[in-house]
Amino acid sequence: MLSAGPTPRVSLDTWEFVIAAENGTEHRWSWQELMALPQETPMVDIHCVTHWSKLGTTWQGVSLDTLLDGVDTGAHFALAHSYGGYTTNLPLDDLRGGRAWVAHTFDGAPLAPEHGGPARLLVPHLYFWKSAKWVRGIRLKTMDEPGFWETAGYHDYGDPWREQRYQGD
Amino acid sequence: MATGTPARAPIRWQVARLVERRVETPSAQTLVLEVPDWPGHLPGQHVDVRLTAPDGYQAARSYSIAGPVVDGPGGPCIEVTVQRVHDGEVSPYLIDVYGAGEPVEIRGPLGGWFIWRPEETAPVQLVGGGSGIVPLMAMIRARRATGSKVPFRLLYSVRTPDDVIYGDELRRRARDDFGLDVAYVYTREAPEGWRGEPHRIGLADVNTHGWPPDLEPLTYVCGPTGFVETVADLLVGLGHPSRRVKTERFGPTG
Repeated sequence: MLSAGPTPRVSLDTWEFVIAAENGTEHRWSWQELMALPQETPMVDIHCVTHWSKLGTTWQGVSLDTLLDGVDTGAHFALAHSYGGYTTNLPLDDLRGGRAWVAHTFDGAPLAPEHGGPARLLVPHLYFWKSAKWVRGIRLKTMDEPGFWETAGYHDYGDPWREQRYQGD
Repeated sequence: MATGTPARAPIRWQVARLVERRVETPSAQTLVLEVPDWPGHLPGQHVDVRLTAPDGYQAARSYSIAGPVVDGPGGPCIEVTVQRVHDGEVSPYLIDVYGAGEPVEIRGPLGGWFIWRPEETAPVQLVGGGSGIVPLMAMIRARRATGSKVPFRLLYSVRTPDDVIYGDELRRRARDDFGLDVAYVYTREAPEGWRGEPHRIGLADVNTHGWPPDLEPLTYVCGPTGFVETVADLLVGLGHPSRRVKTERFGPTG
């Protein structure tokens, strides 16, 4: 239920991922550049806000630690944005420390469009709406800015172990 | 918290009681639940229903609200329609075991996107697959209840005639609710006298029974993931802007 509209179709020829620091500096990667970065293969459990979990899923992607290396920032918040217009907010710390990836492969196959391909954010320690499908970039922010579902009443942080589904949980 | 975000009260679990159940199909029932402190809702929203076993194990599922608030003997009631999920943890209990007057925990209303506001003026296209009809029916009922004159079209895909939820009411409303058109797609077995063969929903169905993009309709698509993917892709292919197509997918879709 976490896809709110039609599935966007994104060509790898025009795909890009952009990290924009709070001072306006942008760091860009094309598909080829992303694939040339060191790759990791996290095996993780994922938890959806609609009461299902999937254990031991295998992904391949680039760690946000790798992508944020060399980005000069003092920001505490991040707003991920996607092809198709979706947004979701996270504390920047939650994208660091080997806990977040830009993932392009699931179970050994290219990530299908309906599951967020060509690439999605993968932040398995938070509810899965934080793992933005069709991710296009991350804006670093000094102030927290709620994303699409957070504006519609979902929890700002979304810790599945504390069942933070909706605001006030 | 950023400025501009409205402060919200926590959405609390509260105890609801079963007032009445209606059999809709062999596998779907509508439960009328009395909720003393119900704050009201918009058509398209859902609730979470939570069961607690004697050993403390809890299971919760989301169910769409089927229509406006109704008056019960002891206060406001909401109606949810539950489709039996084979081997499910919650729906078989709600359909087979849960008895009149018994408590169940619910929280809501939930969902702030897949909603229709009666003050909207754009034509509305509803496309439902199976139990995906439920939030769309809430919109159809709210349209009549609020006196909205917005033209509605419903395209409803079911496996067989026996699987049509709200069948009698839809027939009546298609006759009496001025400006509501209802069309069906049968995927396995069509009723007698039906022209055409059973088939999965396709471009011709959506094109024939939908509004053209020029009319700038608001479109709501609800059903199993594969159904919603198919219909949403067809709508975009026909020229509907993505932002005018709201979807709700059932099942694990992360």
